[in-house]
Amino acid sequence: MLTLLLDGIAYGMLLFVLSAGLAVTLGLMNFINLAHGAFAMLGGYVTALLMNRAGVPFLATLPLAFLIPAAVGVALERTLYRRLYGASPLDQVLFTIGLVFMAMPAANYLLGNQPQQINLPDFLHGRLEFQGVGIGVYRLFTILLCGAIAASLQIFLVRTRFGAQLRAAVDDSRVAGGMGINVDLLFAITFAVGSGLAGLGGALAADVVGGVDPSFPLKFLVIMLIVVSIGGANGVLGALFGALLLGVLDVLGKYYAPTIGAFIIYAVMVATLTLRPNGLFAKGDRR
Amino acid sequence: MTAPALEARGLSRRFGGLVATDNVSFSLQPGARQALIGPNGAGKTTLINLLTGVLKPTQGAVWLAGRDVTHVSASQRVRRGLARTFQINQLFPDLSPAESLGLAISEREGRGWDFWRAAGKREIVAEIEDLLTRFNLSEVYDQPTRALPYGKQRLLEIALALACRPRALLLDEPAAGVPEEERHDILAALAQLPADVAILLIEHDMDLVFSFAARISVLVAGRLLCEGTPEEIAADPRVRAVYLGEDAHG
Amino acid sequence: MTDVLAHLRRRERWGVAEIAFWLALVAGIVAFPARAGLVNEALIAGLFALSLDLILGLTGIVSLGQAAFFGVGAYTAAILANAGYHDPLLGVLAAIVPTALIGFLTAPLLLRGSDLTRLMVTMGVALMLGELANREDGLTGGADGLNFTVAPLFGRFAIGSFGEGPRNAALFSLAVLFALLFVARRLARSPFGISLTAVRENRLRAGALGISAAWRIVAIYTISAAFAGVAGALLAETTQIASLDLFEFHRSANVMLMLIIGGAGYLYGGVIGAGVFILVRDVVSAETPEYWEFWIGLMLVALVLFGRERLANLVRLRR
Repeated sequence: MLTLLLDGIAYGMLLFVLSAGLAVTLGLMNFINLAHGAFAMLGGYVTALLMNRAGVPFLATLPLAFLIPAAVGVALERTLYRRLYGASPLDQVLFTIGLVFMAMPAANYLLGNQPQQINLPDFLHGRLEFQGVGIGVYRLFTILLCGAIAASLQIFLVRTRFGAQLRAAVDDSRVAGGMGINVDLLFAITFAVGSGLAGLGGALAADVVGGVDPSFPLKFLVIMLIVVSIGGANGVLGALFGALLLGVLDVLGKYYAPTIGAFIIYAVMVATLTLRPNGLFAKGDRR
Repeated sequence: MTAPALEARGLSRRFGGLVATDNVSFSLQPGARQALIGPNGAGKTTLINLLTGVLKPTQGAVWLAGRDVTHVSASQRVRRGLARTFQINQLFPDLSPAESLGLAISEREGRGWDFWRAAGKREIVAEIEDLLTRFNLSEVYDQPTRALPYGKQRLLEIALALACRPRALLLDEPAAGVPEEERHDILAALAQLPADVAILLIEHDMDLVFSFAARISVLVAGRLLCEGTPEEIAADPRVRAVYLGEDAHG
Repeated sequence: MTDVLAHLRRRERWGVAEIAFWLALVAGIVAFPARAGLVNEALIAGLFALSLDLILGLTGIVSLGQAAFFGVGAYTAAILANAGYHDPLLGVLAAIVPTALIGFLTAPLLLRGSDLTRLMVTMGVALMLGELANREDGLTGGADGLNFTVAPLFGRFAIGSFGEGPRNAALFSLAVLFALLFVARRLARSPFGISLTAVRENRLRAGALGISAAWRIVAIYTISAAFAGVAGALLAETTQIASLDLFEFHRSANVMLMLIIGGAGYLYGGVIGAGVFILVRDVVSAETPEYWEFWIGLMLVALVLFGRERLANLVRLRR
């Protein structure tokens, strides 16, 4: 039971890193970025290709799996995304679905349909036992790494000046702009970090889902959206809670009620949105 | 004596610690021409929302033509004869004035759920034409509303409310933002509103209030300060104190 | 001012272009039976997009879950046929019942929250129904889907992939599409339809005219669900299979794309958009079968950047 719980937490942590950027862009810019999963795919490919073609060790690829999607993210933000801030949700959805539709065949064209496998180094294989509770080493690694990321994000947001500005801008970007905060720069940096985290999440998740392939952006899109809808579009803590809840529910659900499968998490999302249309963590009812 | 067209009985509304409306009572007789004035932040908007059913009162009741409608939804209150206009135009940009009025009439006649027969029925055309003429909209009847000059939109705002055939009509600053040269249209429209409709005019423009209203209520800090004929209000030292505290037209 | 009536009725008359459009479709199917399969697919997709237009275009309610009803409609026809009721018309009509019911029951979910909430909730409902269909494999065949056959239409016209089957299927779909577009057309020009426009354009004022937006939305969502269900039943009958992928996210996304490509709000947009979509897919995938989605994606990105509104206005001017 505890093992299952830990598995769920590991999965939830992974989901958190994947969707944190989505939650923040949604909260900060009111922007629905359905192409977020494409950055996860990019990160996954960076790690897979560096390992398989250039022989770079797994851990050494992770910084690049963060940096390259971050760079691509900021380039796209400056050129394309920013034109759509303030556009209708429908336009944003259409535009970013369009990007997904372009990213998937592009990946297919460049790298083929076959999943690119990521072979974990030996020291991440195997299982540990603590007083009868077993956990995979890689799961533990995921929990620790993602937990560290979550903690540093939270500290960063709460303790630093940038974090304070960001939170101010999430509350009201117009007022924040009036207070002399460079909202443009804030947006760009946030977008970069969010995309980078998605990339890192993609790299970490690749092993769990059996490699990176061109369907990655859609595969994770739905679950990322569920995380965000449950957490409410209010940044890190909401997303963390949503991700952990989903991760644990999903793993437990698959174990105890395999026939119901993913039904549980969809039902949880619909129920959450019915009771609290802006997510569990929304600040009041912003209808 | 017939029942008042619209009546507020001890209406109160709190938002957290703030009392936006404080024990307000008044009644509007059929055919009344009454104005509600008050400085900014006096709670006029909250009061309208309470009367129309957008907000529920913390205490008190709203009566419409002799019936308690406190727990009746906003759209049902419209059907029972309470119509309103908005301070900021609330129109249908893609529909023409004729279509908008036709819609209002269909809804009033209970045809709003008819999904089969055409909306353009001969029976309602005469009434649409009558409203278009009365509100000086005949020349633009087929233009999309978004293309109309602001003054025409203001007129359509009132015409739509009147198409509901209300017993009581709340006019929320009908002349707000209308340029000087189009104001006489609004004044003329107000002057020839049906005599049997009870009207509550919420307005900042004192010239308009004094030329239109037979009675005036003054709302200050959510509370009715006083009520009387225009002469009484103009002479009331408390009203002067309130309005001298701010700008004259606060 | 005697023309107020004419103005109110200006959209009721059938235009020449409109009539020509339908005649061209009939002629196309009869003249090119070899392409009938493709046309059939486009017509069904067009009907599916029309169902979305009722809520998105007419009423302004966004949805990413229209596939829910598409799937339920398809399985209704398939399950009925496997139970011995092979009549294709019966299958199509029967699909209305469960889809309208599910639409009616889930519509209240659309009444709160923001557009984002609606996108997520509708998507969630479609995914839930998909999972449900996956789990109830005794009824639905699970991941294998349900294969079935339907009887000839009116006992005479065989529907299927051989001989005259594709042509008959396309004509059948065309007839159903025409019938439902006729209904949608009446509906859009009725007092009810205009009240939907009012709800879309200004819910506050609609309320001030005594219109309860909530019930109107529930009603049109129910109708829209039934339309989507009929489209699903048609697809299942003419391809003789109902499968789980009908519930998938990309179905809901694609149907929205089709509607947007063709332009929302004037009923024909879905049919035209579906035609363009399927044509692009057919032409591009003849060259590069795996990459056709790229061009659809590019089209969308360009469409949004250029401005859907501006494009829609161009179309409107020509009408």
